[in-house]
Amino acid sequence: MAFTNEQIERYSRHIILKEVGAKGQKKLLDASILIIGAGGLGAPAAMYLAAAGVGTIGIADADEVDLSNLQRQIIHATKDVGKAKVLSAKETMEAMNPDVTVKTYRTFVTSENIMDLIKDYDFIIDGTDNFPAKFLINDACVMAKKPFSHAGIIRFQGQLMTYVPGKGPCYRCVFKNPPPKDAVPTCKQAGVIGAMGGVIGSLQAMEAVKYILGVGQLLTGYLLTYDALKMEFRKVKLPTKTDDCEVCGANPTITELIDYEQAECDGVGL
Amino acid sequence: MFITVAGVKKEVKDNLTVAQLVIDEKVETPQYVTVTINDEFVDSGSFESTVLKDGDIVEFLYFMGGGQ
Ligand SMILES: [Zn+2]
Repeated sequence: MAFTNEQIERYSRHIILKEVGAKGQKKLLDASILIIGAGGLGAPAAMYLAAAGVGTIGIADADEVDLSNLQRQIIHATKDVGKAKVLSAKETMEAMNPDVTVKTYRTFVTSENIMDLIKDYDFIIDGTDNFPAKFLINDACVMAKKPFSHAGIIRFQGQLMTYVPGKGPCYRCVFKNPPPKDAVPTCKQAGVIGAMGGVIGSLQAMEAVKYILGVGQLLTGYLLTYDALKMEFRKVKLPTKTDDCEVCGANPTITELIDYEQAECDGVGL
Repeated sequence: MFITVAGVKKEVKDNLTVAQLVIDEKVETPQYVTVTINDEFVDSGSFESTVLKDGDIVEFLYFMGGGQ
């Protein structure tokens, strides 16, 4: 496929980069990325991936846009309150870049639907707000051998890691099992500073783009943590000996997907 | 002795356990923190019995669940 003049102009700042070039831009246009959660993390990730010309972007979320989302979920606008988040996200992405095909899945991820959702995508972005979903996405990606970006944000803090099959620990290697319901703050009471989603969600988009281009070093084997109050990023090396992991280890005991119980205040649009 | 905790080198008393360090460092929800020493996981059930040595590099990895 040759670029149109409009595409050459639109992607000129990419094409001029030696790490991207016309070849890399073509890879992005041919790539497919699934974003699970159209919220604080998913919003900036989706927008940067759409702007970058990722050819197919899937977005999964069951919620509608709530007024309290707009403090950080910049893909949605005031006029979108009450609209399905996936629809609002699709409209924004399509308005940004007509090269992008957006596929919407108006659903929460479950053990029933996740394998089907992820199977056609090159890379998955976890933009969910609860541990059951985070463990589910991890286990499904390990089982389906799909690379994905984990992230979490709360208050003035964020974290990020990238899983690539065969290239380092998975989320479960590090965190083992979801904490009991309500044991760890994940919910709307804890709060989150709006720009945190922008910082961490953009980093997720960056990892996805690097993976598609095949350039640089991914955050495999590391957990990146960001403390906005201290204005400090730390790249924490993760253990390499993970062969006893219950899902990605040498003798996995988790061979079927698990639907953990959600905390009561999860899924209400934190 | 000296250990490095979350990137910061500090002097601590000899024979300090991971359980005590977690308290001293005011770790939030200490029962759900992942601890690594010198790039190896510390079993969550053995914080009491794990004694730190001079030069150990300790990291706390926290659950962070938000995103939406
Ligand atoms: Zn693992």
